[in-house]
Amino acid sequence: MTAAPPSLKATALEFGLKPEEYDLIVQRLNREPNYVELGVFSVMWSEHCSYKSSRAHLAKFPTTGPRVIQGPGENAGVVDIGDCQACVFKMESHNHPSFIEPYQGAATGVGGIMRDVFTMGARPIALLNALRFGDPAHPKTRRLVAGVVAGIGGYGNCVGVPTVAGETNFHAGYNGNILVNAMCVGLADADKIFYSAAPAAGLPVVYFGSKTGRDGIHGATMASAAFGEDSDEKRPTVQVGDPFAEKLLIEATLELMASGAVAAIQDMGAAGLTSSSVEMAGKGGVGVELNLDLVPQREEGMSAYEMMLSESQERMLAVLKPGREPDGARIFAKWGLDAAVIGHTTDTGRLVLTHQGETVCDIPLGPLTEDAPLYHRPWVEPHAEPHLDPAKVPAPADWTAAVLTLIAAPDVASKRWLWEQYDRHVMADTLEASDTGADAGIVRVHGSMKALAVTSDCTPRYVLNGPFEGGKQAVAEAWRNLTAVGADPIAVTDNLNFGNPERPEIMGQIARAIDGMAEACRALDFPVVSGNVSLYNETDGRAIPPTPTVGAVGLIPDYAQRMGFAGMQAGDALLVVGASHGELGASLYLRELFGREDGAPPRVDLEFERRNGDFVRSLIRSGQVSAVHDLSDGGLAIAAAEMALASRVGVELSPTSATHAHAFLFGEDQGRYLIATREPDPIVAAAHAAGLNVALAGQAGGADFACHDLFRIPRERLRAAHEGWMPAYMAG
Amino acid sequence: MRAAVIVFPGSNCDRDCKTAIERSTGAHVHMIWHGETALPAGLDLIVLPGGFAYGDYLRCGAMAALSPVMTEVKAAADRGVAVAGICNGFQVLCEARMLPGALLRNAGLKYVCQAVELEVVNSQTRFTAAYQGQRDVRMTVGNGEGNFFADEAALDRLEGEGQVVFRYRQNPNGSARDIAGIVSERGNIIGLMPHPDRAFEPELGSADGATFFQSVLASA
Repeated sequence: MTAAPPSLKATALEFGLKPEEYDLIVQRLNREPNYVELGVFSVMWSEHCSYKSSRAHLAKFPTTGPRVIQGPGENAGVVDIGDCQACVFKMESHNHPSFIEPYQGAATGVGGIMRDVFTMGARPIALLNALRFGDPAHPKTRRLVAGVVAGIGGYGNCVGVPTVAGETNFHAGYNGNILVNAMCVGLADADKIFYSAAPAAGLPVVYFGSKTGRDGIHGATMASAAFGEDSDEKRPTVQVGDPFAEKLLIEATLELMASGAVAAIQDMGAAGLTSSSVEMAGKGGVGVELNLDLVPQREEGMSAYEMMLSESQERMLAVLKPGREPDGARIFAKWGLDAAVIGHTTDTGRLVLTHQGETVCDIPLGPLTEDAPLYHRPWVEPHAEPHLDPAKVPAPADWTAAVLTLIAAPDVASKRWLWEQYDRHVMADTLEASDTGADAGIVRVHGSMKALAVTSDCTPRYVLNGPFEGGKQAVAEAWRNLTAVGADPIAVTDNLNFGNPERPEIMGQIARAIDGMAEACRALDFPVVSGNVSLYNETDGRAIPPTPTVGAVGLIPDYAQRMGFAGMQAGDALLVVGASHGELGASLYLRELFGREDGAPPRVDLEFERRNGDFVRSLIRSGQVSAVHDLSDGGLAIAAAEMALASRVGVELSPTSATHAHAFLFGEDQGRYLIATREPDPIVAAAHAAGLNVALAGQAGGADFACHDLFRIPRERLRAAHEGWMPAYMAG
Repeated sequence: MRAAVIVFPGSNCDRDCKTAIERSTGAHVHMIWHGETALPAGLDLIVLPGGFAYGDYLRCGAMAALSPVMTEVKAAADRGVAVAGICNGFQVLCEARMLPGALLRNAGLKYVCQAVELEVVNSQTRFTAAYQGQRDVRMTVGNGEGNFFADEAALDRLEGEGQVVFRYRQNPNGSARDIAGIVSERGNIIGLMPHPDRAFEPELGSADGATFFQSVLASA
């Protein structure tokens, strides 16, 4: 046994453990850990792997429902989409690595989330990403955007999975800590889902994929710490991706699963070989013994510690059924992958590692997994901004300039520069993507008339000004975007990005945002089936705006009935479904035109959110509308402008109240849809009969985007503003 | 019609090509692993699909051009079998010297995924005959190295001999003379960067790619 050096407690602190956590390890083991064991504990007890600060709050999410096959706790969530098919999906952050090394950080984020999905037995069929960058004027922003986008494209394009949707925000609050959240959606047979729990002792444990190198050591620990001035020095903790290896790994994994050889499987993501072996044995209630001499290694002289903590990419660990090693060998040889049987499951409940004839680790699995620290961290009710009276918010001095400013605002402007670098069409099932004018990406379920709608949403400025209402809004907007394309919303994956949970005000944001999200999920029958928590997103003590990103999936039973906002026809009437009070708190209007970020976020009435959405979906299914767009950033004016641009038809808006025209046009009231229809009267009658708010908002036609005597903007001028910002910025 | 799609490690449009051919023509499609040393008998069409064969390491298509199966693909082409290289497949055909020219990094230095309007320059080939009078077709491109290059004399020859088959209406990548696709001198080998395999049904944004595969069927 390797002796514990006297400075081990100091080493524990370097590894990100707290002094009391080190003492807890000693207590659990009844002895000092050795260096390897300490490494194993430190990554398994990192925030990233253990969710020790958030677990107590995550329990508030509803996680079950008639379509849920697998909720949180596995590599990805699984939902039933009928016909014995399942959709497998998850979103995950790669924030810290992407800030340090944007190309590789983003690329390996995409690679990691894909592995989570195909590890469950699903073929990845769609990718999304939610990106938050700093102020465009910040000196680092342009380089980070270029690197992250190139990394996402470089990886996803090569593997051959279409990137169909996403969102991109810019705010000074992310200057020192950008967010890169990647989501992958996969398709599997509902009766062929693979899990990580090793079912029995005495089974072979096989390693396959790329060799293990010295890259990414302690990546999970780095991802669980705040940044200081030295963030550039952490570059060696960032992994390097090889999408070609990932493509081979997908095909080999799916082929191995189809061969019937797999008993349990787990990808090597954060904390690499440590977390994959511990998860499989821990969940299965068995033990595991590995001989590290057998691990395929990229370089000579790697220590046991380095091998256990390496986060080299594109690696898998599988427990095979007895005697099925030859199936594995044949498949791995075909795909040219390194592979080796490196150990076996045991009945000891312990993690035992040998290296060069010596036992370098022998610890019980319990303290690493279910018995890991769990914190009920103190929190304070977050500061709540007061509600803004729209009458007290100024109208713009120049309406034309106001519309052009908003349509060209970094958060609204076309992101064509970015998504044209992503392959959106590979797999030949993409029906709607970033370029087509729809509130969600849509991909066909191959070989059927079904399609999946996918979206990613969060409005961080709302969450900052009111975490509870903002949490509700993130869920509601995802539900609304799926509804707007004609889908039945099914389930959610969440990616909770916050600052340092040891600060009570940050913990307050976490607790209240989760409360709001959970309430919305319950009200909308929209269970959470997977997720990821990313804390310590701060630099030099400044936390990011709270950003609980919601990824969501919906089902379109017949894709001929899908909807977008590019189908508006001249002569269509425009209706707003949902009540408009003129909510201008925390609005884009306030921020972009007046530099103000105050005010309570718009309230989310979950009852009407649902009723309005169900009504709009029924209009889509009965063919009564030609275009549907959800109202969000910039309110009616921006939704109508986007509809006009996508449909290549002018719009004449007609304000219902002249005194508060700016609230009518730019208010961000929730639960609303803009719909275009040839025959408004029956829709208005049906809405009124159902007790829903609906109002005529304008008419489609002509060449201009206009509103009475307030503004009249030629459509091409509007388009130039919308399309112009990002290419001009990136060229700057 | 009998068709084969070659699968290299790193191909990612192999299934798309199979689906496109099946749905456009009803043909039976064999999937052929790159390590094979024999092809099925009686093939009418061999497709080299898009993707990143061998990760596009070294140069796009360079290693795939040396795959065992390529000996058989060349022999079949010499016998007159139709061979279509789409995107990465076009790069492989150039690297294998089955088509002239080369595909360089895009002029904008970035990967470009967008819809492209194409002119059918030559509708007398086995791959375009079914377009008949249709001069304008729509497909999508998705590539980082789609910038077709050949020396001036070779370009003159391609144009003079009717070997330029598709031309971009708006050049997305800097290709010489807006060339999007070319055929061999004999007319049985085509390489093109746009994807007919992603444009075979209206809901994909265009069904013009179906006509491409139907042309080969009509000539079979």
